[in-house]
Amino acid sequence: MKIILTTLEIVPNKAIIEHYGIVTGSTVRSKHVGRDLMASFKNIFGGELKGYTELLDESRREAIKRMMQQAHGKGGNAVINIRLATSSVSAGASEVFAYGTAVKVE
Amino acid sequence: MDLLFLIILLIVAYITGSIIEKRHFKSIMEREARLLEQPFVSDSFIGPDDKVENVRLVMGSCVIAADRFKVFLGGLRSIFGGTITAYESLTDRARREAILRMRQKASRADMVVHTRIQFSEVGKAKVEVIAYGTAVYLEK
Repeated sequence: MKIILTTLEIVPNKAIIEHYGIVTGSTVRSKHVGRDLMASFKNIFGGELKGYTELLDESRREAIKRMMQQAHGKGGNAVINIRLATSSVSAGASEVFAYGTAVKVE
Repeated sequence: MDLLFLIILLIVAYITGSIIEKRHFKSIMEREARLLEQPFVSDSFIGPDDKVENVRLVMGSCVIAADRFKVFLGGLRSIFGGTITAYESLTDRARREAILRMRQKASRADMVVHTRIQFSEVGKAKVEVIAYGTAVYLEK
């Protein structure tokens, strides 16, 4: 499954031959207690929360994968105009949401 | 006794917080200097003569927590209102770090276009930034 992903409205040098509408992918994850404990320490001394960053990376990748699968299912080979959104559902859980337009290019 | 503990905590937080911040800014500036050559924009401009070979989605993220001293200063500030300098440097660090991580993933690309920055707050005094854009590879 090879799908071109881009935040542009077009795929440069390639003509769009079919439009499949919006595709979305989302995931909600929470960190485990150990990470949360470390995070509260970090909140005293400051600094980057590596555990949270990793978690965010993982969930972002998962959301994009789901979006790609949806695009593939519709028969597209590219997703254009991709946008990402995050929100915190509850304390310790966050949602990552990816959406874009599935298209078929030459 | 409680007050003494709080004061010690604030002093420790101030020292560790500013050391970490200073180090972080130094590393950010070094890496930014290294990437100076690569165009990096928020619009979708690709020159009319450029022949694009390939495009790819690139992303970078960063979650940073404020130290307790900053939280204290911020709390104090919000009584009177105004600019909270302590938080400004925090958001600045998070954003620049996320952008840098994104650009480092596109280090072989000719440019990064259509960059978007997504910001959100996870819990108290923790900021989370995602930067994403399109890496453009030109035909050589």
